[in-house]
Amino acid sequence: MLDQSWNGFLRQDGRKGIRNIILVIYTVECASFVAHEVGLGEVDVHVIGFPGCYDNAYAIRMMLALATHPNVGACLAIGLGCEYTQPSKIASAVSASGRPSRWFYIQDVGGTRTGIEEGKAALDALRKEMKVQTLQVPMDWSDLTIGAECGGSDGTSGLAGNPVVGKVFDALVDKGGTAIFEEVVEMIGLRDTLISRAATPEAARDLDAAYEKAERYCKSVRQYSVSPGNFAGGLTTIEEKSMGAFAKGGSRAIQGVLRVAQQPPAHGLWLLDSVPDEHFMQFGYTNPNDTEGIMDLVAAGAQIVIFVTGRGSVIGSPVAPLVKVTGNSATYQRMREDMDFDAGVVLSGKQTMDQAASSLMEQLAEVCSGSQSKPEALGHREYFLMYKHQNAPSLSSGCRA
Amino acid sequence: MGRMDGNDKPSFQVDKADNVATMLHDAEAGDMILVQGAEARRRLQALDAISLGHKVAIAEILEGDFIVKYGVRIGIATRSVKPGQWIHLHNCRSQVDERSGLFDKVTGAAEDTAYA
Repeated sequence: MLDQSWNGFLRQDGRKGIRNIILVIYTVECASFVAHEVGLGEVDVHVIGFPGCYDNAYAIRMMLALATHPNVGACLAIGLGCEYTQPSKIASAVSASGRPSRWFYIQDVGGTRTGIEEGKAALDALRKEMKVQTLQVPMDWSDLTIGAECGGSDGTSGLAGNPVVGKVFDALVDKGGTAIFEEVVEMIGLRDTLISRAATPEAARDLDAAYEKAERYCKSVRQYSVSPGNFAGGLTTIEEKSMGAFAKGGSRAIQGVLRVAQQPPAHGLWLLDSVPDEHFMQFGYTNPNDTEGIMDLVAAGAQIVIFVTGRGSVIGSPVAPLVKVTGNSATYQRMREDMDFDAGVVLSGKQTMDQAASSLMEQLAEVCSGSQSKPEALGHREYFLMYKHQNAPSLSSGCRA
Repeated sequence: MGRMDGNDKPSFQVDKADNVATMLHDAEAGDMILVQGAEARRRLQALDAISLGHKVAIAEILEGDFIVKYGVRIGIATRSVKPGQWIHLHNCRSQVDERSGLFDKVTGAAEDTAYA
């Protein structure tokens, strides 16, 4: 079953997509209504953007990473006309990546209705260009990057949901693919365990630095990523929750640490660090909700993201299909419409961990071949991007130096 | 001891080094708990009511001992615990989280925040 292949969309940088969507990007909240109206009723169009008027280096890196994601075939950037973030520069970067692009300012074309008409006409033109330019090629596990995230964890997450995903990650890495997991703030208490998984001394140093930063963050805000719902579900400490969450990273060596919007430089297993710089704005916020973490994984190039939940969830994602796994069979039965996979079969003894991982791989291959995941079919495209600072220069040189 | 009874409440032990197992079913005090997973199946009697997803001690634990699950130290015992007792916020605290131990043991609600 591991030798499956399917057709993918070849991009100029050699990466392959499992979808061929047009991404509409608004460059300020003021342009978001027109952008969403342009995307309304268009099944191959997803909408993302940045609400702030002042530009932010982190947010721009994020939007560019999404605009040149392997699942994206073309891009339309829409601005109002007076914001800092420039839609023309986004369109240029997309064109340089070998994808058709368009951009306009709403103030230049009239207003709401003329802006929507301009956008709809641009979609038609982009579709024609995509038809000519996009090559379809065979694709297999080695071309795939999968991200994994968990949210709404309960006592089953660490026993079934996350370990089954960990087995899938092991299989993917062994097949030459790329696996990414994140949530360093949910690895608190596991410093030694984390570092012992490093593939190289450099990776060990980077894992240590990412861990220490996350622990400083938690100490400085005196808040750990464990909630009353987790306690009520039987998790007693952050260390216990951490270990359950860490299980989704499987057992292979960790190649290194990625920052947000960075593409993995090689195959294998990677840890994504989404904790902001501590020297700028004293960290700001990290992991404000599940959607931000999912978007971080998509921006790292993941063509599919697996979301593990014990208590249940009804989110999806733009750009890359979200596949929802629960280790709680009762949650699966109650929320069947939203859940793709029941890993609780492992706890009831109906399947071994390896059998469940194989079934999940089969299901992932179907999604790669074009079958819609549950959230994708329901039309879920939740998206979140806020001001944040990562790799920002020192305070003395200012945030935009 | 390893024989399973239809009324046994199943629990799961992740690692051989663990001194707790996770309940896969609610148990009442007095129920027999079946421990499966990392080691040969065995049974012990529940001394407390323990809900699904919560932990049961499967070894004698003294105050100050580490609580071990997944083969790693997930907390420190704040009082001594007998096999079959419920392990949670009332007898286990985090090694890093200073707020640990200030939460209601049943609802998990924080008790250290003033509302007036």
